[in-house]
Amino acid sequence: MKSIIYVLIGVIFGIVLFKSEAASWFRIYEMFQFGSFHMYGIIGSAVALGILTIKVIKRRKVKSIFGEEIKITPKNEGFKQYIFGGIIFGLGWALAGACPGPMFVLFGAGFMPILIVILASILGTYVYGLLKDKLPH
Amino acid sequence: MNFIYEPWPWYISGPMITFIMFLLLIVGKRFGMSSNLRTICTICGAGKTSKFFQFDWKSQRWNLLVIFGIVIGGYIALNFLSNDTSVKLNPSVVSKLNAMGFADAGNNYMPAQLFENHAFRDYKSLLLLIIGGFLVGFGARYAGGCTSGHAISGLSNLQKPSLIAVIGFFTGGLIMVHLIFPLIF
Repeated sequence: MKSIIYVLIGVIFGIVLFKSEAASWFRIYEMFQFGSFHMYGIIGSAVALGILTIKVIKRRKVKSIFGEEIKITPKNEGFKQYIFGGIIFGLGWALAGACPGPMFVLFGAGFMPILIVILASILGTYVYGLLKDKLPH
Repeated sequence: MNFIYEPWPWYISGPMITFIMFLLLIVGKRFGMSSNLRTICTICGAGKTSKFFQFDWKSQRWNLLVIFGIVIGGYIALNFLSNDTSVKLNPSVVSKLNAMGFADAGNNYMPAQLFENHAFRDYKSLLLLIIGGFLVGFGARYAGGCTSGHAISGLSNLQKPSLIAVIGFFTGGLIMVHLIFPLIF
């Protein structure tokens, strides 16, 4: 039963990513050219509403439907890992035109070369795991 | 109901993304897609060569189900919820893309030279897809999250690390599009 819930959440998310065109390589390029408000509107409105949502969850101590407390553990403090990792991610995001959610949307929509991007991103994750202790964090 | 078949505007799409984050929180999970890439490494046996991949991947099974759903969502959206998938870009962006050799800008969802099957036989396209994907996977794990984990959930939770990561995402994207694209396209 729980499995079906997770799949359904994914289905809705996939449809939103495709229909919003956030999964389009062209839209990502246009965003980095500041050519349209579209992507900024999506991220901006999602974050603005997200801030309110999380404030309410924390203030009301909302529980999950399974009765557990909703705990949001903050990320570790730091600077280098976030800025270096972020820049590397951003270079790839603009080049491949897809981040880890939209990649799978595009696979479902039948753009088969995205499989190369998915496999390469798994490889990139693996290489990070190998080099982790040698990188500045 | 015709609007369903049109591209969805930002003021529908953005709140829908917040709703997805909310749904995951309310079922006791967190919104973050790139951690699936780590889980897949673990399933493939990466724990033998690096401690980073030694964890019980079954605890992340739910998130793999989410990406399974995303694949189905992509299929449904393209095949049943769209009349015309061309992305109507800003005309000045279209002319920039045309000049770079992307003739289908404004008339397609994805550039044909990178995302249609003939890209599999084109060395340059293959190389760009491999480098792009590699950087996304490496960078997301290095930064501890991607667009969903940092830009949406992290910023919503007002986390400073996520703000730094998002500044990084945009710095990297701007460098790629403005400094590196002129060299490769």
